[in-house]
Amino acid sequence: MKYLLEPIRKPTRNLALVAGLLCTLSSWGIQVPDRPRPERLVNDMAQMLSPDETRALEQNLVEFSRSTSTQIVVVTVPTLEGMDKAMFATELGHKWGVGQKDKDNGIVILVKEKSASERGEVFIAVGYGLEGVIPDAISKRIVDQEMIPHFKQNDYFGGIVKAVNTLEQLSLGEFSAQEYQERSQPKKTPPAGILVPILLFIVLFGNIFSRANRVRRNSLGRGLSFWVLLSLLSSGSRGSGGSGFGNFSSGGGSFGGFGGGGFGGGGAGGSW
Amino acid sequence: MKKSSIVLIVIGSIFGFFLLLAIIGFTYYKNLYNNEVTLNQSVKSQWANVESSYQRRSDLIPNLVNTVKGYADFEKETLTGVIEARSKATAVNIDAGNLNADNFEQFQKAQSGLSSALSKLMVVVERYPELKANQNFLELQAQLEGTENRINVERTRFNEAVQAYNAFTQKFMAQLILRKSEKPYFEAQEGAEVAPKVEF
Repeated sequence: MKYLLEPIRKPTRNLALVAGLLCTLSSWGIQVPDRPRPERLVNDMAQMLSPDETRALEQNLVEFSRSTSTQIVVVTVPTLEGMDKAMFATELGHKWGVGQKDKDNGIVILVKEKSASERGEVFIAVGYGLEGVIPDAISKRIVDQEMIPHFKQNDYFGGIVKAVNTLEQLSLGEFSAQEYQERSQPKKTPPAGILVPILLFIVLFGNIFSRANRVRRNSLGRGLSFWVLLSLLSSGSRGSGGSGFGNFSSGGGSFGGFGGGGFGGGGAGGSW
Repeated sequence: MKKSSIVLIVIGSIFGFFLLLAIIGFTYYKNLYNNEVTLNQSVKSQWANVESSYQRRSDLIPNLVNTVKGYADFEKETLTGVIEARSKATAVNIDAGNLNADNFEQFQKAQSGLSSALSKLMVVVERYPELKANQNFLELQAQLEGTENRINVERTRFNEAVQAYNAFTQKFMAQLILRKSEKPYFEAQEGAEVAPKVEF
């Protein structure tokens, strides 16, 4: 009977254990919304999208899921209820089983509405099976460069669509993470290494030219080089624009339900 | 009816009763034992996930330290702090079958030492705008955030597995028969309810 009396003999230790247990329980009592019925890929719980936008997005995602089996879920929520956004998105994906069971090819795009007192939050959770083609650094870049700039202008649809497009292409292997990285490199004006010699060259020649002519029209020479420089700069900084889905098909209906894919914390997020 | 046949029936039924009892007892014990094995396996495999997520973080550190070094070589103290904490953390390994409160606490202590060394480094980094603009560093930063998320997820799932195990083994009959000790949980970090978070 020794082991039965044990707990009674050490009341303080036991108390500490219970307290510790309660403490841990509070930290991992993860409560994410239940799977939607009927199952949908766009779950606009915070009403951030118009009905038309929701329909268009749903259609695209259903089509993508049907043709590739990769499931991308968009979830907007009014509040995270004090939870970490990474944890929220990951647990939601895991619990709903986004993606196929044997491939773990699901993605969750979680957007928390910006409110008067709280910042807007966004997180892209990537299923186990896609962590290779969509590394965290790439998710981070998609969030920072494609979503948040749109979100800041209250263009939620635009930001989500851009991210969805990129994620679809990445998961299809249409371009690799490496290529995306190069493509999305913040468009620099010609690097200083090249720019400086060109600038020197122009200024020097402008000077020599004007001096050779022995005409007091320095201003023209300088002015010319200035314009050449300006055009160089502006051509370099032209960003790539465009949003909206490339291929719309008229298909609709269901996508066959969530397949039981797993999530382990891959992905990245940001706030605005 | 003969007397002998009555005796035979009585003996037979007594024997049958005990046989039945033995069968019930055996089945009960077998179920109990097998359930414990299943739950224990899930704790073990979840523990492996926890360790590999921490390992992933350790693997990231040499690269991170080298990148930071290039820009902020003055912060020798912080950098060596990280390196030391890393070697301490990697030195503590627990065999999944041998999880107990003591070595578990050791593990947690070593890892949270590394967490705090890392967050100190990230505070220092704030002073170097050039480093913060470095593409390589930004990438590492995203990866580090990712590993922290993974650690967080695996810890939570480990706790869930342990909870299932403890709930089963500590119940009255299971405790009496199997006599398994409770497995430890990850506790919430002091002052914070989430796993160490590296803020940038």
